[in-house]
Amino acid sequence: MAVYSEKVLDHFMNPRNVGEIPDADGVGIVGNPVCGDMMAFYIKVDNGRISDIKFKTFGCGAAIAVSSMVSEMAKGMTLEEAKKLNRNMVADELDGLPPNKMHCSNLGAEALRKAIEDYESKQAQEQTQ
Amino acid sequence: MREVYFDHAAATPLLPEVVEAMIPFLKEHWGNPLSLHRFGEKPREAMEKARVQVAELIGARPKEIYFTASGSEANNMAIKGVALMNQKRGKHIVVSAIEHHSVLNSAKTLEKLGFEVTIVPVDKYGLVNPDDVAAAVRKDTTLVSVMHANNEIGTIEPIAEIARAVKERGTRHFPYFHTDAVATAGILPIDVDELGVDLLSLAGNQFYGPHGAGALFVRRGVRIMPLIDGGIQESGRRAGTENVAAIVGLGTAAEVAKTQREEWARYLAPLRDRLIERLTTEIDHVYLTGHPTQRLPGHVSVCVEFIEGESMLLFLSMQGIAVSSGSTCTSRALKASHVLTAIGVPAALAQGSLVFTMGQGNTMEDVDYVMDVLPPIIRRLREMSPLYKA
Repeated sequence: MAVYSEKVLDHFMNPRNVGEIPDADGVGIVGNPVCGDMMAFYIKVDNGRISDIKFKTFGCGAAIAVSSMVSEMAKGMTLEEAKKLNRNMVADELDGLPPNKMHCSNLGAEALRKAIEDYESKQAQEQTQ
Repeated sequence: MREVYFDHAAATPLLPEVVEAMIPFLKEHWGNPLSLHRFGEKPREAMEKARVQVAELIGARPKEIYFTASGSEANNMAIKGVALMNQKRGKHIVVSAIEHHSVLNSAKTLEKLGFEVTIVPVDKYGLVNPDDVAAAVRKDTTLVSVMHANNEIGTIEPIAEIARAVKERGTRHFPYFHTDAVATAGILPIDVDELGVDLLSLAGNQFYGPHGAGALFVRRGVRIMPLIDGGIQESGRRAGTENVAAIVGLGTAAEVAKTQREEWARYLAPLRDRLIERLTTEIDHVYLTGHPTQRLPGHVSVCVEFIEGESMLLFLSMQGIAVSSGSTCTSRALKASHVLTAIGVPAALAQGSLVFTMGQGNTMEDVDYVMDVLPPIIRRLREMSPLYKA
């Protein structure tokens, strides 16, 4: 399995933060099974920081490892920091991804961003009410 | 850790007698078979013996066998070689929707050169209907190509019927009929006259021979343009010094397969049937792809719903089991399998494709080991999947 780094394989075999958060503050879902990857991220926000994060992923080994790594990196970050996570940062943390799997990395960062946006739009709604 | 190799469609282990036969042509008889001096003698004799062995496997004459470096090359040679050579006669060819990429992409190349290609669909089992193929034949059709069996879903095509229907519709010589028998040569009985084919591709690494040697049968009288120009090797139809050792290996494998094939098939069918039975009854939402009975011995292909093939493949690999998948992520090109698409498998379900291809080294215990290991993997991945609701 030389196409993947040790770190990718570790996160694939022992993914961190798998699951759902029923009362999540924000949810982000990207991709679809037709394309081969789908990720759902759930976040809890406390004092402007991501206090808890869980994910569910349909996809290849890289997609699962990326989801796990994104969840681990984002946990404890401020929302502003978390929004800046991009595919290269995630791939670097995983000691690299094969070129044709970089889109998985993108998808992970995008799902997290969507969850944050979901949280922020809910906050904005609450303030106007 | 137990090792189970269930990917014989990718490569087969070499038979000991194949390796034995090859070694002298790597160590001592490394000469060029074209050489007139004595260094060319042994390689030339060995190659011509291999030609006889391959011819006998498929009921052809030795002069009708042209060695290539692979099944893909044989397919390229057949499709492009025939179409290009006979374009004064017409610029239309017919292929099925589930052909190997070496056939489909050859057809695409021809389209770029101004040829027309008709792609005949298949039914939900992957079967090609002879009438559909005959109906696609036109006055300017020079070649029809339908594979003998599909490597991804195991379905065996009624080639004799298809060839007959095509010949009834065509003229005396045209269109020529080609079959890609890479998945069946050395595995199913093949007689080119009984099948009624003009061209047939095969590869040694599908029946316990080495990589690097394939062959194209070209019936006497069929006009074909060489793709590799150069010297007079292979009667001028395929230039380049032949890979003698690999060809000797192919020939030896062909000779063994000719006598062992039936016994091999009898051995594999129960393994195949047990794996299909257990996969589809013991795990929910697992669907067989391809034909339930008209399929290659030792070929099992399924789609597992709610999860993706590569992730299953990786977990299986970590537990010593080698399989294949037609999922988008497994293909380096990141494209959904055209075969699963053609038989109507929904795109999301096709992502959960797994292909098990068995060989003579496998046992019923291997099947049972897979059934010990795979269900927990599927459970685990489904628990992780946003699509699965327990």
